[in-house]
Amino acid sequence: MNPTVALSQAPGLLTADGLAGVVFLIMLATTIIGGIIACNAERLVRAVAGLIVCFIGVAAMYYYLNSPFVAMMQMLIYVGAVCITIAFAIMLASPEENKKHGPAGPLSGPLGIVTAGLVTFGMGAMALKTDFIPMPKINMGTVENIGVELLTTYSMVFELVSIVLLISIIGALVIARQGRSK
Amino acid sequence: MSLTVLNAIIAVVIAIGFAALNAAYLVWAERRGAGRIQRRPGPNVNGPLGLLQPLADGAKLMTKQLMIPGGADKALFMVAPVLAMAPAIMSFVTIPFSDVIVAKSMDVGVLMIFAFASLGSMSILFAGWSSRNKYGVMASVRAVSQAISYEVPMLITVITIVMMTGSMNLHDLAVSQAGGFWHWNIIPSLASPLMPVSFLIFFICSLAETNRAPFDLGEAESELVAGFHTEYGSMGFGLFFMGEYANIVIGASLITILFLGGWGCPFGLFPSVFWFLLKIYLLIATFIWIRWTFPRTTIYGLLNLSWKILIPISLFNLLLTAGLLKVF
Repeated sequence: MNPTVALSQAPGLLTADGLAGVVFLIMLATTIIGGIIACNAERLVRAVAGLIVCFIGVAAMYYYLNSPFVAMMQMLIYVGAVCITIAFAIMLASPEENKKHGPAGPLSGPLGIVTAGLVTFGMGAMALKTDFIPMPKINMGTVENIGVELLTTYSMVFELVSIVLLISIIGALVIARQGRSK
Repeated sequence: MSLTVLNAIIAVVIAIGFAALNAAYLVWAERRGAGRIQRRPGPNVNGPLGLLQPLADGAKLMTKQLMIPGGADKALFMVAPVLAMAPAIMSFVTIPFSDVIVAKSMDVGVLMIFAFASLGSMSILFAGWSSRNKYGVMASVRAVSQAISYEVPMLITVITIVMMTGSMNLHDLAVSQAGGFWHWNIIPSLASPLMPVSFLIFFICSLAETNRAPFDLGEAESELVAGFHTEYGSMGFGLFFMGEYANIVIGASLITILFLGGWGCPFGLFPSVFWFLLKIYLLIATFIWIRWTFPRTTIYGLLNLSWKILIPISLFNLLLTAGLLKVF
C-alpha cells in the first residue's frame, strides 16, 4: 500500500481495513503507554509492570503481522521469563525500596531535549523520505517455515546465538559458584 | 464474515461462562470432597446437597466492601486479581473440547496456553508486592520461584510430545491419538518407552503450577497467614480463587489432550465432548483427592524435587525420544 494515500481515499472506519487500522493503533498505543510507564515509574516494580504492557503490545503487533509463533514466543520469553526474573531480582534485593533518585546523568536538562529532538527528527525524516516497497509474502510464518529457515538459511546465526547462550549459562554458573564458596 | 464474528462472540461468552461456572462449582466439589475425606459433612445446608452454596458465596463476596490497605500500591493492587483471571479465560479460546467445539484452533495452541499461563505468576508477584505485607511478599516470592522451576520440566515434557506428533496444534495432538486407549500418549510405544513417566512429571508439574497442595507453598496458611492474597477481601479474593480453579480446569484439559487422547473414547467408539468432560472431571477429582490426602511439602523439598529429579528425568526422556524417533 502506498503510504501517501489521500485522506479522502482512506478506508472507512467500519470496513475491514479500517477496523484493522484501529486495532493497529490500539496496539501502538499499548506499546507506547507501556514504554512511558516503564521509563517514568518511580517504583521499580511499576516499571516492570509497564514493561509487561509494552511487551504485550509488541506481541500483539507480531500477531497482527501474521506470525503467531513469534508473538507467542515474545509472550513466553519476555513476559514469562525476563520480566519475572527482573521482578524477582527487585524483590529479593530490596523489598522496601524507597524513592531514591540517583545523580542526574549528563544527558539530563537542555542536552537531553536537544538529543530527543534530533532523534525524533531523524526518525521522522527517515519514515517520510523512505520509499516503502510492498514485499511479497515469503511464507505463512508457521512454526515449520521458521524452523526450516532457522536450520537452513540462517543456520550460522542460529549456532552463534546458541554459543552466546552457552557462554552466559557458564558465566552464571561461575558467578553462582564463587558466591557459594565465600 | 459476520458469521465468524458471531462465532467468536459465542465462543467468548461460552468460555467465560464455562470458566465461571467451573470455578464456582469446583469450590463446592472441593469442600464436599474435603468433608468426605476428613469424615465430616461439607457444605450441605443450602439447597439439595449444598448446591446453592456457591451462589450464596458469590453474593456475599460481591456485596462486601473492597478494602485497600493503607500503604498499598493502589494501581497494582487492583490490577493483580484481574491479571489472575483474564489469562485463564484467554487460554480457553484454543482448547478443543471435541472435534468441532473449539473457539479458535491455533497452530501454536500449546505455546499460547503456556504464554498466557506465565501472566498468572506475574499476578501473584504483583498481588504480594503491592499489598505491602511481609507475608504477602514472602509468599509471592515462594510462589513465583515454584512456578518458574516447575515450568521447566513441564515445557520439556511438552516438547517431547510435540516432537512425537509433529504439531503444536491441540486439535492435531488429540487427533493423533484417536482410536482406543492403546493409541494414547500415556501408553509407552517404541519411540517413547518412558511415556508414563512423562505423564507423571506433567501431572506433578500441573499440580505445582496451579498452586495445589501438596505444593501450595504460596498460600501456606500455617506459615504465611493466607499467602499472597492476605490483604485481599471481597471480589478481589474471589477473582484469585476463580482464577485458580479456571487454571485447574485448563491443566486437566491439557493433560487430557496431551496424554489421554482428548475427546476419544477409550475403546475407539463414539468420540465426543462427553468423553473429554469425563476425563477432565476425573482428573480434577484426583487433584482434590491428592490435596486432602497429602501434607504440604517444605520449600526446599519442593525446589529440590524439580531441579534435581524432574528436570534431569525429563531431559533424559527428551534425548531418548529424539534418538529413538530418529532410529524408528
